[in-house]
Amino acid sequence: MALLSKKDSRLILDPLADNNPITIQVLGICSALAITAQLKASIVMAISVIFVLGVGNVVISLMRNIIPSKIRIIVQLVVVAALVIIVDQVLKAFAYELSKELSVFIGLIITNCIIMGRFEAFALGNGPWRSFLDGIGNAAGYGVILVIVGFFRELLGSGTLLGFKVLGDPITKTGLYAIGYENNGFMLLSPMALIVIGIIIWVQRSKNKDLIEE
Amino acid sequence: MEHIELFFKSIFIDNMVFATFLGMCSYLAVSKKVATAVGLGAAVIFVLAVTVPINWLLDQYILRDGALSWLGEEYASYDLSFLSFILFIATIATMVQLVEIVVEKFSPSLYNSLGIFLPLIAVNCAILGGSLFMQSREIPTLGLALNYGISSGIGWFLAILAIAAIREKIRYSNVPAPLRGLGITFIITGLMAIGFMSFGGMLTGGDDTTSLEGNPENVGMESEQIQQENIETEETIKVSTITKQ
Repeated sequence: MALLSKKDSRLILDPLADNNPITIQVLGICSALAITAQLKASIVMAISVIFVLGVGNVVISLMRNIIPSKIRIIVQLVVVAALVIIVDQVLKAFAYELSKELSVFIGLIITNCIIMGRFEAFALGNGPWRSFLDGIGNAAGYGVILVIVGFFRELLGSGTLLGFKVLGDPITKTGLYAIGYENNGFMLLSPMALIVIGIIIWVQRSKNKDLIEE
Repeated sequence: MEHIELFFKSIFIDNMVFATFLGMCSYLAVSKKVATAVGLGAAVIFVLAVTVPINWLLDQYILRDGALSWLGEEYASYDLSFLSFILFIATIATMVQLVEIVVEKFSPSLYNSLGIFLPLIAVNCAILGGSLFMQSREIPTLGLALNYGISSGIGWFLAILAIAAIREKIRYSNVPAPLRGLGITFIITGLMAIGFMSFGGMLTGGDDTTSLEGNPENVGMESEQIQQENIETEETIKVSTITKQ
């Protein structure tokens, strides 16, 4: 990482594992659970959040000295809402079906607590470049969990990845299905998202004992 | 009858926490004690009951395609629906501010115990989600919108009350160390969600798929229909421009 100083690269790398927004800080969970039945939707959601948080953090950090602290929540909400409208309109224009699939959850990026959390905790007190790195890092940490959950739910639930049949064809019984494997349709239902994230937390905390609660 | 159906549907079948995962952050963070959970749940019911009808009016008379026709003929073709995120969130932020002032005045102890989470109701996705689902499910009347706000609030209240009660008791059981706290809460919520899925057959006798909101097949069909409609409207627009020329 010659491009970034050591301090700066920590801003990106920390949230990816030991300070992950979802599994450690418990932020931004709603959308992580609801749209992860397919890998594609998870990736689009992750990219949208990376865009909104990266740009939003820079904007808030540029305005941090002129925002009166009493109305800062409303100012922050307006900035996020404007960015989310851009994402929503772009998706509607270029990926209409996907935007239907994500339904209200694109709109709910506005109330994703990671975004407000980073604005409050970081962008209001740091310069634009560092805020940008922090935003990208945290959104990527969120994206990593999303992609992991989406990967397992789509693979085990419908036997596909990004729509490609990686485990063979369930109707003509090729590949894994030939030896008696069946899709676990339960993985596509919403409760399994909770359980998958619970298991991710379990794995992460058994690897890093410092993270165990109480 | 319509009201009763919507009431039970939004509490049990489309429960905000267990079916659509809205408001999970505060649900996980404030559910350590029953007392604070009850306070936050009540605040959420109140805010939803106020904001959903207000946003219904905004949607009906300002935002949706052709909603401005009450202003006059020339405004009938305006479609401001892209502004709905900003207007909805502004309404919500104002109402939350109001609730904060009221709670601070009448119950300072509750105000102190809720702490940072009261202003955070403004960014609780359950609240914005309530309004967005109200919009996307096209709830027809103001009365039904009020009903929807209150009943989905009650659903959220029930969920946080239940998990808080479980978490108070689970302290005495022997959970594997890495799973303690957040991990086990996630898994319990998942199991509760499986339980709540069985309410799906309550109103329809079991042959309906309304509880499977995220079912990809349903969504695909819907979007195909919408695309066809879009193509049709595009054609009519082309025709109208040609005739103008």
